[in-house]
Amino acid sequence: MKATRFSELEGNSSGFWGLLLLLGAVLAAGLGAAGYMEHFGHYVTGMDNQIVWGMPHVFAVFLIVAASGALNVASIGSVFGRTPYKPLGRLSSLVAIALLVGGLTVLVLDLGRPDRLIVAMTKYNFKSIFAWNIYLYIGFLGVVALYIWMQMERRMNRFVPAAGLVAFVWRLALTTGTGSIFGFLVAREAYDSAVMAPLFIAMSFSFGLAIYILVLMAACRGAARELGDALIARLGRLLGIFAAAVLYFTIVQHLTNLYAAEHAGVERFLLVEGGIYTGLFWGGQVVLGGLLPMALVFRKTDKPGARVALASMLVILGGMAQVYVIIIGGQAYPLTLFPGMEVQSTFFDGVVAPYTPSLPEIVLGLGGMALAGLVILLGMKILRFLPDSLADAAIDPHHRAAE
Amino acid sequence: MTTASNDSAPEGFDPVRRRFLSTAAAAAGVALAPGVMLYGITRPTPASARPLDEAVSPTVRWGMLIDVNRCQEGCDKCVTACAEENGLTGHGRPRTDAQWIRKIEITDPASGASKSLPVMCQHCADPPCVDVCPTGASFKRADGIVLVDKHTCIGCRYCMLACPYKARSFVHETLSDQKSHAPRGKGTVESCTMCVHRIDAGRTPACVEVCNAEAGGAMMFGDLNDPDSEISKRIATYATTQIRADLGLDPGVRYQNL
Ligand code: SF4
Ligand code: SF4
Repeated sequence: MKATRFSELEGNSSGFWGLLLLLGAVLAAGLGAAGYMEHFGHYVTGMDNQIVWGMPHVFAVFLIVAASGALNVASIGSVFGRTPYKPLGRLSSLVAIALLVGGLTVLVLDLGRPDRLIVAMTKYNFKSIFAWNIYLYIGFLGVVALYIWMQMERRMNRFVPAAGLVAFVWRLALTTGTGSIFGFLVAREAYDSAVMAPLFIAMSFSFGLAIYILVLMAACRGAARELGDALIARLGRLLGIFAAAVLYFTIVQHLTNLYAAEHAGVERFLLVEGGIYTGLFWGGQVVLGGLLPMALVFRKTDKPGARVALASMLVILGGMAQVYVIIIGGQAYPLTLFPGMEVQSTFFDGVVAPYTPSLPEIVLGLGGMALAGLVILLGMKILRFLPDSLADAAIDPHHRAAE
Repeated sequence: MTTASNDSAPEGFDPVRRRFLSTAAAAAGVALAPGVMLYGITRPTPASARPLDEAVSPTVRWGMLIDVNRCQEGCDKCVTACAEENGLTGHGRPRTDAQWIRKIEITDPASGASKSLPVMCQHCADPPCVDVCPTGASFKRADGIVLVDKHTCIGCRYCMLACPYKARSFVHETLSDQKSHAPRGKGTVESCTMCVHRIDAGRTPACVEVCNAEAGGAMMFGDLNDPDSEISKRIATYATTQIRADLGLDPGVRYQNL
């Protein structure tokens, strides 16, 4: 097999510039939204003293979780030695960095005092899982940057498997850390489940791959580079497996929570009576984001492109729904101060907290996604991330045209 | 200056020193940080007041005991006193306005019997808010009072998620008319300070004071570590409860006849 050749995007088409402008505009709008919320204070958002993490956190957690998953494609190539995945590694690393940068930006801009970022970077409470996550995130950026360099620099190529392994282990830690943010909330019944960490890992595999597939397809189409059907079908099947894993851990999560009698209330809320959350759970996460994509990718066809693309979009939508249910739904359900009692207060004790995301919150979240897109687009323009050809015959020596 | 042995504040952070400095600055009317202006205050210094250059005593644990039988339904004198004392002016937006103390009415669905009681930060001995705070802005003083350092809070609101008692509020909008002894800050989190400024001056929290003077006398304040204190004796004699005792956080606020 010939060594894969990579090259930068030419980046002079109107499509490239159009996309660049669009992403730039969304990012600018997101920054504007953050400034607006900061200036007036968070009362202009849908958040309040009961729902303290709103839509920006849904976007941020989704992006951060997806970031570590996007690195999987690189890991499969270099850690698990699967040849067809090797040419995909560079782009996978780039997408991982971009998503993390996008997610973290949203997270920081939604702080009450984003201007105190320096405090967050210099004062650590080592008991706090949140503080640990700051290390995990920054370390991840460094590790993946190094990994990219080793993949790109010929002299360093022999270190790729080692760097890949470090990056792989780091990303597992990162996702576990993100999941544990919720696991540490002892009093929030919705999060009191030991499977939160594995669930988040499965989610990251699935969301990250979905985004990766879409980026790959768009980049190859935009840059007129060949992308083999067998490769797409293979990525699609992998996505199906990951989507199934998310469903599996979701079932385990709810079953273990149901098993604890004192959590029956929150489970009934999320799964049966929770209105929007129940709808998002069954309709958004389970059907649109789980069963449907699985049905799409596991059907054998000669032209898998459209199906896999659609499945990827559905996984992303379902994933957003899932994160929404976890974050907002988990907070909407009231804390139990007096088990077995009916309570009433001027501070909304005992009632389900309403939440409607406000426009600035959504725009800020989209701004984070746009930032991720910009990093990917400019990265591909400046450095050699994208292979010249991903035709099946070019990347897989065992590929037979008749397959 | 002696150093407090503060078991939960991060290393290098000395709340006593900080408080001392800010009080010294306050006396001179100095701007501590942009937007935080402290003015000279006249501090009542009764004989029992802790001298400002003396560390918070780790042998003391301040706490409260609330006799639910004496707390009247519909009375919210403690709530108003708290708002007045700490300058918690609302904006008519109950969902985002700060509430450090609230009255909860609880009804037993089986018997229909109902009770009314105030709930505020329970000043947990093992406070989850302090454990999760990434910057160490949430901290517990040596005398058991849990506070937020307004200068290092980044407003991440993780502590609000972690608190089992819904005791914390986030400052959602621009503030005016702040009290110099209880500085607040837009974009940061706050909760009941047990009127730390009063305690340090040898007085009792505003809610306790008003409840005893004008209402049912349901609230008692004192040192849980001192076996001879009134509050310790009451706890030793009568059955008392903690809200969500099952969580094992050892709150400093106890309830009687709940
Ligand atoms: S009641 Fe809440 S805010 Fe107060 S110390 Fe306990 S966990 Fe912290
Ligand atoms: S909001 Fe402030 S006090 Fe609360 S956890 Fe974040 S930094 Fe700490």
